[in-house]
Amino acid sequence: MRYLTPRKRAEGLGAARHGTAHHVAMNVSGWALLFIVPVFVVVLARTIGHGYEHVRDTFANPLVAVLTALFLFVGMRHFARGAQMAIEDYAHGGTRTALVMLANAVSYLTIAAGFYALIKLAL
Amino acid sequence: MSAPKRVERPLSPFMIGPYYRPQITSISSIMIRITGLGLIVAIALITALIFAAAVSKPAFDCVNWFATSWLGWLIWIASAWAVWYHLLGGVRHFLYDAGKFMDIPTAEKLGWGMFIGATVLTVITIIIAVV
Repeated sequence: MRYLTPRKRAEGLGAARHGTAHHVAMNVSGWALLFIVPVFVVVLARTIGHGYEHVRDTFANPLVAVLTALFLFVGMRHFARGAQMAIEDYAHGGTRTALVMLANAVSYLTIAAGFYALIKLAL
Repeated sequence: MSAPKRVERPLSPFMIGPYYRPQITSISSIMIRITGLGLIVAIALITALIFAAAVSKPAFDCVNWFATSWLGWLIWIASAWAVWYHLLGGVRHFLYDAGKFMDIPTAEKLGWGMFIGATVLTVITIIIAVV
């Protein structure tokens, strides 16, 4: 008697080793960024080029801080997944694993550095 | 029974160039990936600027010197174009996923629309930054 169904045997054997979860996650974060990014770009366009006090005051504003935190978190997770897609197209074996880990590390470290700065500016 | 046979699957070749002539549909698609990956430069600079502003004035002056140098402004403007292009590309993905605009003449117009749209939005962004 076979305990594993043919479907179970086939799961995870696609080119990407998984199903639609990746695509769904990119769409969900993509929709979120569609609203976050235009507002953040305008805030940034009005801030870059100004001096120390102006930049500190801008990012100490709670609304701007929350917007920036959302941008960094949703944006960098979207980036890591997108980079993973590109890596899986061109790199294989151990290189692929290492590069995917690197993309995720860059993503989380950027989020962490950004959150640290925003919290420090808010206090 | 449960262990599937390991096979070396063939890798898909890179099609544009040796097998396909560059077309606006394929070029506009690969540009989404290039702009998406390239945006890491701007995000690193944004994070460095905020981080430095939180740490100390000398640190901020150092990062801000680079961010407002000619290379810095080049990065900001290129990244503005990249982020708008990538965003329009995402919208096109949503439209395609909904099964809309799939006929070739419309798809080609959408490709050109992304380049033109991103350029227009970049000019608007520069105006917002300067005015």
